[in-house]
Amino acid sequence: DALEPYMSKRTLELHWGEHHRGYVESLNKYLEKDDILYGYTLDELIRVTYNNGNPLPEYNVAAQVWNHDFFWESMQPGGGNLPILGLLQQIEKDFGSFSNFREEFTETALTLFGSGWVWLVLKRNEKRLAIATTTNAVTPLVWDDIPLLSLDMWEHAYYLDYKNDKARYVNVFMDHLVSWNAALARMARAQSFVNLGEPKIPVA
Amino acid sequence: NVKTLGRLYHQQIRGLQTFTLPDLSYDYGALEPAISALEQLDDAIAKGDASTAVKLQSAIKFNGGGHVNHSIFWKNLAPTNAGGGELPHGSLGWAIDQHFGSMEKLIAKMNAEGAAVQGSGWVWLAVDKELKRLVVETTANQDPLVTKGASLVPLVGIDVWEHAYYLQYKNVRPDYLKNIWKVINWKYASQVYEKECP
Repeated sequence: DALEPYMSKRTLELHWGEHHRGYVESLNKYLEKDDILYGYTLDELIRVTYNNGNPLPEYNVAAQVWNHDFFWESMQPGGGNLPILGLLQQIEKDFGSFSNFREEFTETALTLFGSGWVWLVLKRNEKRLAIATTTNAVTPLVWDDIPLLSLDMWEHAYYLDYKNDKARYVNVFMDHLVSWNAALARMARAQSFVNLGEPKIPVA
Repeated sequence: NVKTLGRLYHQQIRGLQTFTLPDLSYDYGALEPAISALEQLDDAIAKGDASTAVKLQSAIKFNGGGHVNHSIFWKNLAPTNAGGGELPHGSLGWAIDQHFGSMEKLIAKMNAEGAAVQGSGWVWLAVDKELKRLVVETTANQDPLVTKGASLVPLVGIDVWEHAYYLQYKNVRPDYLKNIWKVINWKYASQVYEKECP
């Protein structure tokens, strides 16, 4: 109940306890039967079973396990507010301002059709931040971008707490739940793979 | 107009006993953006603005499709004291036995396909009006059934979006599918079938 009143205990019991747990158990059942897949790490498993756009049956459960792990860690009690340090600078560089980013993120979440996810990603090739959406269980890992934050827009994520009021759910996420600390840590790690430019070393 | 539709939908809710309907305000809203979207689409096509036209088309497919699908859905449901769940007699019942073996087999097939839909979508019993055959199909999101075949006419559609069952059944979609047959209005389905296959 740490995320109350923004995400209820009941939602977490169901979302984590039933949906997420269900995915984990299904994944384990698949892996029991398949020796080759069993040896992969979760990240590798997702890439392999995505099969370049023609996903194998294991893909959905594997990706949803990963997606939900990532989502829980994208939130924290007492979340919200603004990002700081390098992440804020990068957001301002790539979106103009934090409020531009927030507006775009919200708009993207609200115009998503059907079930899916909204992401803040670091694009490897373009070396910049971007907002991405994926449907069902797809994740930016499969096209090699680095996710920093995610928001679950499947109805099960918000229906109990907000019914169909997606706007309120998204705004509450941004105001109270999003963990900029997690995003900052992820971006720091991402910079070991993506060169975002020379650090600004002040001249004496 | 939207208000009349709203009143009709509300009347239907009060009648239903064993099934909780989702928030209908979502579906009313679906109509309005579709109407202005159609005007915008005409405009975009007239100006040769391809990317706007495509974006609007997908919005129209979603909102228009959602409206069409839910309109069919409300007609597909009836309270148990008004014939909900009563099996079809007449030509539709006979066609079901012929194509699927029995009503139980049809239900099992539709439930299996409905449960297997990833994410959001619908499962349909339809008649192919050219081939005069019954088929079971699924569609994603709010894609109307015709996206699976221009000659498919929907007879019974079951909404498997999470909003359709979450409040009552949580994540146990199979339980929802098992129970919804108790309120399916086969009279409506038979009417549609007999019109296409007299």
